[in-house]
Amino acid sequence: MIKRPEPVQIVKQRRDGVLKALVEGVPYIQFLGIEFERRGDELTAILPFKEELIGNPILPALHGGATSAFLEVTAIISLSWTNLWERMESGALETENIDHNHLPRMPKTIDFTVDYLRSGLPRDAYARARITRAGRRYASVTVEAWQDNRSRLYAQATGHFVMPRQES
Amino acid sequence: MSNKIKLAGQFIQALPHAVALGMTLDDLDAGTAVLSMPYSEKIIGDPRTGVVHGGAVSALLDTCCGAAVMSHPSNPPGTATIDLRIEYLRAATPGQRITATATCYHVTRSVAFVRATATDEDTDVPVAMATGTFTAGASA
Repeated sequence: MIKRPEPVQIVKQRRDGVLKALVEGVPYIQFLGIEFERRGDELTAILPFKEELIGNPILPALHGGATSAFLEVTAIISLSWTNLWERMESGALETENIDHNHLPRMPKTIDFTVDYLRSGLPRDAYARARITRAGRRYASVTVEAWQDNRSRLYAQATGHFVMPRQES
Repeated sequence: MSNKIKLAGQFIQALPHAVALGMTLDDLDAGTAVLSMPYSEKIIGDPRTGVVHGGAVSALLDTCCGAAVMSHPSNPPGTATIDLRIEYLRAATPGQRITATATCYHVTRSVAFVRATATDEDTDVPVAMATGTFTAGASA
């Protein structure tokens, strides 16, 4: 018998639920106010502007530390998300009423290098990560961040991560 | 506390993101800065262990490097990060204050070269190390 495709709302509910659990459990992500938008498996991180993110009040410009934290959060969440996708879609991961405590551990940053290409303007910023290598133990990730124009990056980063050991 | 440290401390207190993280300037000398940040709920990156997020440590290191550049005897009028690389050696112990020390080794007409380390109360092995280049001279 041909397996019928799942109803779209079931698929969306599962994926959005896992993403929400991944993001909402981390206090520091909430402190910065970072949100994630999902299109299929593609994630876009959004850093809505707020006064607390300012590092240079005269210009004014976003704090370099806030920018680097934003890019690092984008890298870690994107990496965890990609890592979870297979298990989430196959049903191996229990996704009903999932919260952060029932997710695998987060990848650990080994190193993270940020290029500050332009000063961060006092407005929303966006970022997307690309996983350039996902091994069982190590992963390499690059992140691009922009504000008004997608083609005019205000920061980019590259980092290396230790992946969590697969729990049963 | 010297007048210079007091002034620089006020400068840090004018940076909203530094204030939001509770950063304080503990020491400042020609080209060297010491900044620290208390442990708090809002900087937790792993809710299961309470370990702080690397991003918060990198914000502290970035600010500390900037302060070291500003305190350099060449007196740069302002500075901005060009590039910053952070290595995370170990997880910071939950509950402990994190202290960063940055040294600005050299300043050319346009670039400042800086290195920094961050430790918690156990100073044997740093929590993180940073290498960065910053603008010096007229702002970028």
